[in-house]
Amino acid sequence: MLAVSDDRQYDIVIIGAGPAGLAAGLYAARARRKTVLLERGVTGGQIALTSVIENYPGMDEVDGFELGQLMQRQAEKYGMTTAAAEVTGLERRNGTHIVHTNDGDYEAKAVILTGGAEYNRLGVPGEERLTGKGVSYCATCDAAFFNDQAVAVVGGGDAAMDEGLFVTRYASKVSVIHRRDELRASKILQERAFANEKMAFIWDTVVTAIEGEDGVERLQLRNVKTGAASTLDVAAVFIFIGLSPNTGYLRDQLKMDEGGHIYVNEWMETEVPGLFAAGDVRVNSARQVVSAAGDGATAAIRADHYITNI
Amino acid sequence: MAKPRDVTDQTFEQEVLKSDKPVLVDFWAPWCGPCRMVAPIVEELSEEYAGKVDFVKLNTDENPDVSVKYGIRSIPTLLVFKGGEAVGQIVGFRPKSDLKQRLDAVV
Repeated sequence: MLAVSDDRQYDIVIIGAGPAGLAAGLYAARARRKTVLLERGVTGGQIALTSVIENYPGMDEVDGFELGQLMQRQAEKYGMTTAAAEVTGLERRNGTHIVHTNDGDYEAKAVILTGGAEYNRLGVPGEERLTGKGVSYCATCDAAFFNDQAVAVVGGGDAAMDEGLFVTRYASKVSVIHRRDELRASKILQERAFANEKMAFIWDTVVTAIEGEDGVERLQLRNVKTGAASTLDVAAVFIFIGLSPNTGYLRDQLKMDEGGHIYVNEWMETEVPGLFAAGDVRVNSARQVVSAAGDGATAAIRADHYITNI
Repeated sequence: MAKPRDVTDQTFEQEVLKSDKPVLVDFWAPWCGPCRMVAPIVEELSEEYAGKVDFVKLNTDENPDVSVKYGIRSIPTLLVFKGGEAVGQIVGFRPKSDLKQRLDAVV
């Protein structure tokens, strides 16, 4: 077994650069712990794909991507480092943690899991083939390509309303397809959605197929109460039907609920000493930027405490 | 340092389709967050592949003709052209190692 080289040995390794990981990094670095933040994709995680965040206290309106960049710069100012790597596994070895990645191993006294969550796919015919050709999971990335065209949004939560409202800036009509007869989204977003004359609502309905040659042309729909099938002509479909935590690689190692969320106590401690989980990967997360950041801070404070007492 | 230059609807044919070298085109727009993450990686690649592959970027807001012609409906999108034909496409943000792998496969 190869030893991990000195420059890959850290006090704290944080996995995932969303708000939870970035806040954890800030607190860990300010505690003067040698800290690295590993990220496989974009800094900010889900917020990097969010056009405007207007519920982060103190920030009236802030571009999500920009907020992620600000958090990273702030943590780096105090000594946190970042590295581009995808984590493939975790191992406990002689009282420390070995983090396996696609770019070699890291060793840490404490590890904070902040891998966040990823948007669910519908899992219907045509979805994969037409991804990037009208099937989208990021309205802020793709809405501008559907100027003056009719599009659909699938889902009834905050993300669906937020992104749907963003799409109305470009599209001629936005049909919201929801499998229930009422929305789950926060009341303020519901009010805005119902007041927007470009938004239409198709209740009690699911998408059964996405069709088109080189791009999305139409959706096949089914009413879940009556069973009636119908067709909707759209140039794009934006899908926001919930999230699943990025915890697959830990499945057999940690106690999780059915959805793959990691059980932690109020200090963000898992059952493994020195291993913490914060933000969307944990059970009962409020799934907000501010709560994720709070989780991250709590985990880092506790990780600092843990290292002191090893 | 050789930064990827801008191409437009007007210069696309000359600079991309008629190039004697493979060309990677980075389709982006100012409002696209992930595009801002791709840009520095494309810059690094342009150094590493200097002389072998040309790197250019195209603002989809200002150059709708090329964007429509190649069916760009999601950005960031990277297209690799060889002899006037699109031979490779990468949609969405991918880490640098992935991009290199995809690029090596087509050039």
